[in-house]
Parts: sequence; C-alpha cells; structure tokens
Amino acid sequence: MNWLTDFIRPRIRSIVGEQKEMPDNLWQKCPSCDGMLFHRDLEENLNVCYHCNHHLRITVKQRLKIIFDDSEYTRIELPAVAHDPLKFKDRKKYAERLKEAQSKTGLKEAITLALGTIGGQKAVIAAFNFSFMGGSMGAGVGESLIKAAQTAVKEKAALIVIPASGGARMQEGMLSLLQMPRSIIAVEMVKDEHLPYIVLLTDPTTGGVSASFAMVGDVHIAEPGATIGFAGRRVIEETVREILPANFQTAEYLQEHGMVDMVVSRRELAETLGRLLNIFMQALSAAPENDNTQDNAKGGKALTSKKAGKKDVKSSTKVLAKTAISQIKAVQKAAGDFQDAKKKPTAKKAN
Amino acid sequence: MSQLEFEKPILEMESKIAELRHVSNGSTINIADEIGRMQSKAQKLLQTAYSKLTAAQKVQVARHPERPHFLDYVAGLITDFTPLSGDRNFADDQALIGGIGRFEGRSCVIMGQEKGHDTDSRIHHNFGMARPEGYRKAQRLMAMASQFQMPIITLVDTAGAYPGKGAEERGQSEAIAKSIEKCLRTDVPIITVVIGEGGSGGAIAIAVADRVYMLEHSIYSVISPEGCASILWRDGAFAGEAAEALRLTAQDLHGLNLIDGIIAEPLGGAHRHKEETIRDVGVQIAKALKDLTPWSGQDLIKKRREKFLSYGRAL
Ligand SMILES: [Zn+2]
Repeated sequence: MNWLTDFIRPRIRSIVGEQKEMPDNLWQKCPSCDGMLFHRDLEENLNVCYHCNHHLRITVKQRLKIIFDDSEYTRIELPAVAHDPLKFKDRKKYAERLKEAQSKTGLKEAITLALGTIGGQKAVIAAFNFSFMGGSMGAGVGESLIKAAQTAVKEKAALIVIPASGGARMQEGMLSLLQMPRSIIAVEMVKDEHLPYIVLLTDPTTGGVSASFAMVGDVHIAEPGATIGFAGRRVIEETVREILPANFQTAEYLQEHGMVDMVVSRRELAETLGRLLNIFMQALSAAPENDNTQDNAKGGKALTSKKAGKKDVKSSTKVLAKTAISQIKAVQKAAGDFQDAKKKPTAKKAN
Repeated sequence: MSQLEFEKPILEMESKIAELRHVSNGSTINIADEIGRMQSKAQKLLQTAYSKLTAAQKVQVARHPERPHFLDYVAGLITDFTPLSGDRNFADDQALIGGIGRFEGRSCVIMGQEKGHDTDSRIHHNFGMARPEGYRKAQRLMAMASQFQMPIITLVDTAGAYPGKGAEERGQSEAIAKSIEKCLRTDVPIITVVIGEGGSGGAIAIAVADRVYMLEHSIYSVISPEGCASILWRDGAFAGEAAEALRLTAQDLHGLNLIDGIIAEPLGGAHRHKEETIRDVGVQIAKALKDLTPWSGQDLIKKRREKFLSYGRAL
C-alpha cells in the first residue's frame, strides 16, 4: 500500500463525505479502526486493513488462492450425506435454512475441499465457509473432513484444516456432537501415515469445532485477532461475573497461553505453510526404513497399511521432496544468513 | 423429595397414603384395604405419567437432584475404590472424579462427573462441570488403564464443561479434544453409561466408547434445550420445543442408532429406586465387559473407530 491509499483516500472520503457520487459499496469501514477501505485495495491486501492490520474475514476462494502455489488447485467433491435426518424445525425448518444457505453462498456445505501444492508439497485443504450457517459442523462437514483425510492419505499429502466456525450445527442434534470424535478419527488417519496435519485457526473457531479436530494439530497457526475458544465470551461473563481481559480468546491470547504455535499474518501464510510442509516432508523421506513405522499412537497399527504401503509413502514423499529441495536449501540459507547477521558463532555448524 | 411438576398428583397420593398409614397405626380400624387401593392408584398414576414423558419432562427427570450420581454408583458397584487426584499439571478437578478399583472382582478404572447432592457438595464438585484439569485427569487415567490393561467405565452426568475464564486460559478446548483422542487410542474396553445428563462436548470427552448406554430417562445432547431455544427461537421459554426437536432422549437416540442400548429404570424413575437402578446399570456393564473381553487391544481401537465412523451413515 502506498501513502495515497493508506492515508489520503480515507481523508478525502471523510472531507468530501456523502456529497460525492462514489458508490457506497466500493468502500467499507474497517471494523477495528473505522478506517475507510477501498474494495480493490482491500482485496489486493488480502482483506487485511491497510490502516491497522486488522484481518477481515475472507472467502474460501480467496483463501485458497492465497495459499496454494500459483493459486492453482483442484476442488474435491463433497461426499453425500443424509441432510436433516431429525427433521429439525425451530421457528423455521432446518431443511429450509439449509437451502437458503446454499442459494445465498452457492455452496453445498459449510466446507470446501481442495488439493494442490504449497511450497511444492502436496496438500489437501479443508476450509470452512463461515458465511454458510456460521460454518457450523454437522454430518456434511464431518463426512467432508473424513474425505479430506482419506484423500490426504491416498495422495500422500499433508492435511490442512482451516476452521471458521461457531461450533456444532445444533439443528442436527446428537449427530452434530458426534462429529467431534468423527473429525478426530479423520485426523488419526492422517497421523497414522505420519503425514503432517496443520490447523489454521481463523475467526472464529469456537465450541465443538475448537474442542475437536482444531486442537489436535501437529502445528497450530492462528490468524491475527481471530477469536478462538470453547465457551462464548458472553456465556462466560454471565457465569463467572468476572472482568475478562480485552484480548480474551484472541489468537494472541491463545499463543500466550500455550495453545497456538504461531500467529501468522495473511501475507506470510503461504510461505509459512510451505516451509513447515517442506521440513516435515523432508524428515519423512529421510527417515530410516525400519524405525519410521514405530507408532506411538497405538491406533496406528490397527489401521495402517502393510509394509509395502509404508514404503510407498516414503518413496513418493522422496519424489515430492526432490522438487522442494531447492526451496529447503533456500530456507536453510536464509536461516543461516539470519543467524550470521546476528553473529551467532554456532550458526554455520548448525546448518 | 424435590418436586417435578408432572409428578405432583403422584406425590400427593403418596403423602395421603403415608398419612393414612400413620392414622391406622394409632387406631384399631382396619384400613389396609383402603391403603392398598390407594397404592395401586398411585402406581397407575406413575405408570401413566412415566409411560408418556415428553422430552421436556425427561430433561427434568434426568436432572432430578435425587437421581443416583457418580459416587452412588461407585459405592454400589466398585469395591476397593481408590480415587486418584490431579492432572499432574495444574490442579485436581472434583467435578470429574476417577480412580481404580474392582468391578465384580476385576480391576478397572472408573471415572465420571459428580454433580453433588447438597449445596456444599454441589459447590465442591462444581455442579459436575469439569475444567481442563478434569479432562486431563481423565486422559491420565485412560493411559493408566492401558498400562495395566484394565477396562474403563465412564459414567456421564454433566450439564457441560465449565465456561470460565481460567478454563479458557488453560485450554478447555484442547483438553476436551485430547480426551476424545485418548479415548480413540486406548487399547482396553471402554464402556460408557449416561446416567443423567449428557451435556455436549463436556460429556462426549469421556464417552467415545466401545459401548454407550443410556438410562431410560437420561438425555444426551449437543446443547441444552434452554441454550438451543435462546439461540434458535431467540427465547429461552421455548426450551420444551427445543428439547423435542433436539431428539435428546435415550429412546430418540436409540431409534437413530446412535447409542447401543437403553437401561430400563424402575417405574417412577431412578430417583425413586436408587439401589435397583445402580444394580441394573452394573448388570449391563458386566454384560458389555463380557462381550468385549475377548477382543484384542488393536481390534478394540479399530472397531471403536469404525463404530463412530458409521454413525449417521445409514440415516
Ligand atoms: Zn483497520
């Protein structure tokens, strides 16, 4: 962003005010700093406020474009599930709410699955659509997470899940609660095969979604300012009548309390994910043949493929890793340079 | 006895019978016939009331303060019970209690939420709403069960995990998620009985089991009917409608094939017949344990996964 978009435009806007014939929908207010944001600039800036760095919500489409190499990916078809087996009805029928959400968003469910590469490494992404019934998790979402995991295993790819969800879809009653263990079983499938499972926590990740697959990642990344927590802030305030800190349940707060590995700005997301995947995948391909199969998760032994399958994992990750070796070297070099710059005497040796 | 609205005519009849008994004690008039008649009438009232409980009434019964709670079951079913405390990390959580002991002579791990039975004990047990420490203690006990190859019995009775500042700070979500993961990875039989209220994530955290049973008048739900009503109806007064819509009764869930069985309660509910109920729960656990004992640890894990993966697929 240049100084013009940063400063002048909002100023002009505030001076000229409503008299100008600028169409309103081209501008929006930042929910955090109230600064005016021009739509094209905002999009260019990955939906991050260019005044205050507030991360606004982003569509799944934009998200996938940002993360995947060359913005290229293949959509994975969502599995079919029985919708509304409870015939749930509150003030409105759940079946109707579903249809409305589908026509409003043009999506089938609150989740999108895609396959592509990140930093040269194969990855399956399962990304929640918050605009679809608050990203709530029912059988459709749970079954999709299982399919994402199965695809990752089949493709020997990493699994990245990006929750943006208020929690369980209560219109599916007990079935929605059961997606908590089911989504964790999905993760177990990926872990059995020693493939990386990374969670990118985005705004919001709460309730049954935060208390299941979202908290069992190998690495937890969070977007700046994202709300992440189990119980809603209001519920807690009503229960304990305590003053909650301003940053309560934010990404930064969770990192402070040890639940999140890193808070990463959207601009650095693709690079960070690529780096992580390359480190994990290289480790996998370099692991000695016999040791790697020792599984500390006992569930692994029961469901993992036979030895031949394991070899497959390794040989193919080797191929994958080859394409990434140059990048790894670049990363290592960068790290080395950084350490050199800091005049750490051991830096050279460590590399 | 605390009163449930729909039980009022029954309770009135019962107190009349007691009164008559008292009177007949002090006189020579034989009113045994009258008492007998009234007793059978009270019985009939119970039968009618309990044969057609609405979902909202089931919620009331499931939460009845005089229902047998976790510690009652432990006292009735477990010998040599030795409670174990603490998550080895931060604190002990008295809302989720667990330990080792013997069930029908066999060493086992037992755990569950305890709601308490009077004001002091309710506060002591935080009304059965566990904090992360409770779920981390549960994980620790599951690891111990695996280490010594002891089966695990979990009894679920909670309104939900505790929503508090400290609970959030210490990772309530992570504690629940890891507890579910631990259930899935544990290579010994796990048997769960929902004895009262199965409240959302705080319940399922210890209920990913090889066998999941519910008492006849217990409930199991993703959200409380009150919470559901205030969100979807925007009015907590619709809790009755929400209870119906959520399909949270043992009968509903069994009909949807989401639990393995229902343990019948004596007429008039567990709160009238504590010992009988506890005994029947023990019978069901023993049966399940017998079924599961021949399975290898790896088979248990595999089948547990398959079982949970299958939920909802046939609907
Ligand atoms: Zn801003």
